[in-house]
Amino acid sequence: MEETTKRELVLSINGERRAVVARQAETLLFVLRDGLGLTGAKPGCLNGDCGACTVLVNGTPIKSCMMLAIETVGKEITTIEGLDDAPIQHAFVRHFAFQCGYCTPGFIMNAHALIERHPDADETTIQEWLEANICRCTSYQEIETAVKEALAAKKVETKF
Amino acid sequence: MAVGKSIIRKEAWDKVTGRAKYTNDFKEQGMLHAALVTSPYAHARILSVNVDKAIAAPGVRAVVTGEGLPLTGEDMRDRPPIAVDKVRYYGEVVAVVVADTLAQAEQAARLVRVVYEPLPAVGSPREALKEGAPLLHEHLDRYEKNKTTHPEPGTNVAHRTKIRKGNIEQGFAESDVIVETSVSFAPSDHIAMETRCATAEIWPDGTIHISASSQSPFMIKKLLHAYFGEETGKVIVHTPLVGGAYGGKAPVQLELLAYLASKAVDGRKVSVWNSREHDMVTSPVHIGLEATVKIGATRDGIFKAMEILFLFDGGAYSDKAIDVSRAAAVDCTGPYHVENVFCDSLCVYTNRPYATPFRSFGHCEQAFAVERAIDELARTLQLDPWEVRRKNAIRPGHTTPTQVRLNQSNVGDMPACLERLRELMRWDEWQRVELDAYTVRAKGISGGWKTSTIDTDASSGVILTFNSDGSVNVISGVVEIGTGTKTVLAQIVAERLKMDVDRVHVKMDIDTQTTPEHWKTVASRGTFMAGRAALAAADDAIRQLKEIAACVLRASPDDLEVGFGRVFLRDDPAIFLPIKDIAFGYKFPNGNAIGGQVIGRGHYILRHLTPLDPETGAGKPGPEWGVCAEGVEIEFNRRDYTYRIVKAYAVIDAGKVLNPKAALGQVMGAMSMGLSFASREGFLFDKEQRVLNPQLRTYRPIRFGEHPEYIVEFVETPQIDAPYGARGIGEHGLIGMPAALANALSLAVGVPLNELPLVPELIWRKQKGDSYGPV
Repeated sequence: MEETTKRELVLSINGERRAVVARQAETLLFVLRDGLGLTGAKPGCLNGDCGACTVLVNGTPIKSCMMLAIETVGKEITTIEGLDDAPIQHAFVRHFAFQCGYCTPGFIMNAHALIERHPDADETTIQEWLEANICRCTSYQEIETAVKEALAAKKVETKF
Repeated sequence: MAVGKSIIRKEAWDKVTGRAKYTNDFKEQGMLHAALVTSPYAHARILSVNVDKAIAAPGVRAVVTGEGLPLTGEDMRDRPPIAVDKVRYYGEVVAVVVADTLAQAEQAARLVRVVYEPLPAVGSPREALKEGAPLLHEHLDRYEKNKTTHPEPGTNVAHRTKIRKGNIEQGFAESDVIVETSVSFAPSDHIAMETRCATAEIWPDGTIHISASSQSPFMIKKLLHAYFGEETGKVIVHTPLVGGAYGGKAPVQLELLAYLASKAVDGRKVSVWNSREHDMVTSPVHIGLEATVKIGATRDGIFKAMEILFLFDGGAYSDKAIDVSRAAAVDCTGPYHVENVFCDSLCVYTNRPYATPFRSFGHCEQAFAVERAIDELARTLQLDPWEVRRKNAIRPGHTTPTQVRLNQSNVGDMPACLERLRELMRWDEWQRVELDAYTVRAKGISGGWKTSTIDTDASSGVILTFNSDGSVNVISGVVEIGTGTKTVLAQIVAERLKMDVDRVHVKMDIDTQTTPEHWKTVASRGTFMAGRAALAAADDAIRQLKEIAACVLRASPDDLEVGFGRVFLRDDPAIFLPIKDIAFGYKFPNGNAIGGQVIGRGHYILRHLTPLDPETGAGKPGPEWGVCAEGVEIEFNRRDYTYRIVKAYAVIDAGKVLNPKAALGQVMGAMSMGLSFASREGFLFDKEQRVLNPQLRTYRPIRFGEHPEYIVEFVETPQIDAPYGARGIGEHGLIGMPAALANALSLAVGVPLNELPLVPELIWRKQKGDSYGPV
């Protein structure tokens, strides 16, 4: 059995350039976690079903278990560790929108991108985006409240 | 003060910033990784296991197989940690490959050659009990077991709990009507978003360091002693934050594999981490059930007798399934007064993944069976189902199925819960309404109750230490699995010490060497037991602070109060000492010192609990019964048999709500889990009992947008022994959901729907009759 070849990748993550040696077959999720110590993105299914590993690649939420690290060279990656006091984080805390917290980084990254991309999101858009992630602890009602509050705040902000 | 306020959970900011770490987030250079080789058959003899090619593969350090290992199991030792001779369920571990990287371990796992001889597989409890059914465990008589486990050798019965109360014949004789209902559902899964993970490392001095995503770090120590003879003092278990558990992380499984794997590589650190597929099938699952409930009642709907048969699908190994089957028996009638009760609850072996606690521990299962029967009884008698429940509601003065006399403290207020539910749901206005030719709305309700059935000698300890700024650290063995219990403990301590809760810090991680034991973080007993221990620890600290202050202030300790960061004279608060000046002893101006560090210690052990009598079930399994009344409103489409859950209601007697938002979150989360289970979750098995849907794409929990509107209220009837009167609430939200959903849909569709999950296809088949063949 052949060992898969490794190579050095230089990735742009949370505004920093980070060099890492990884197998070419390695997913972004594993490179972030094992190679770079960014364990905020969580493995939940490695199959794109649960969304716990969601990060932003050029502002688009991506399930990092479904993307090869090598594909992200030259792109801007934002992980939960790169969010700086975002309104959605405050809203999640205020509305008890998590319990065990394991799905939370993925949910927050997805919701953050939604708010940035679609400040005017209607019910359907919110659902289309957020049904990508599974939360097993909350009833989703708390998450819905948090996201809608952050969206409303964004709308006010963008009007000025 | 702090109790009764929606205090933000202590680890909140760690969790929204990605800083919070779970077992698999702790990476270490040189740590080895394990991959599991699992069985593709549900029942087969193992003819040979050839590991030669795997061992020769790149990076592989060891391959562990099952020979020579002791049998394991908490109530009865029937499970080899790695299968040997025979596999008994699809996904059972047959070998563990240890390699430098996970990818290498996984590649090598594919090179392990196992030759099987398939055996006929047993697919359900009723099938397992048939004459001539294949036996899973031929040597059931030889297994080591505890005194409260009663297997029936020569059959597939791992355990039978008997409840005999009153006179069942007389009860039925006094009944005007007898209704019999049978229900069933297959095993399903917990789906914690964090899959289970354990690491093990054995140091040169023989200490064994385990890290585990577990609800039972202290039990891991005990079991490594029981199974492998390791000294408990040499086993140190670490548990950081746990990413969801719901009962599924109470059993001990991967920890044993990690220990064995580490042993095979000279004690090097090995990580065993479940893939989602293994987490769903190889690790223990939510129990399945087949049940028959016979209720005898008067024309007015007063229950005279209940005869209940629970056939729990414990899967291939009994482990904690025995306990789950017992818990359902203990509370078999639901929150109703029934004088004559006859219940047999069997834990049955089948060739399915083995079962373990699932949030509500046998009670949503019990409720689904009995509450469906109550609705059928009400329909037969043409009575209002709510009214039937109210008439029979359990009250102080009644006895439980295990003959515990209830009083104002040890049971919640069931009539009050029902009354409030009726108002919230506007029950009297309508129960079924046709909106148009195709759309029907209907409501369904369910009662629920639960006591804990944990070990009679389970205990909990808390230690409080102080910092030099006068703030306090709370150290408790309760695992933070998401329930927020540690934050509630901080609130309890803050309340007792009359201080700002922001100045009460909690140690989130468990290290069994320095953390006092909390038996297991299960059974909604964390706040009660650890809360009592925390109160005792706070009182202990207060006593010590007063002693030191009394000396300095030249006053009797009896004249002193502790609060607001000070110890002060009760009748002249201007005379005081700051806690920070005495928490490490007091130093007089001349350098002399007295006192020494204040360390508050507290513990709590449940009292007067007894095992059940093997013939009648009489005994006291738990300290109190929390009650709830729950309901669901659905909108059903008669054309395509789909439906939408519009609203879900719960009224729960919380005793006292310590943290309103956290309590609401617990209840709504539990309701969501119950609705998800009842409406769409369950393993699909083929004829050979292989699981067909061990992935979140094919096994699909509720997602955002599919959630109903949740309406939750609390009744507060204090349990006088509990901290501030609080009752357990982590599980009650789930108990009534499956039954309420099934009752609502049965009413909407017009046929009894007694199986789960309630997917449109099942409803369609039930309405059209069996002419379309089995699902």
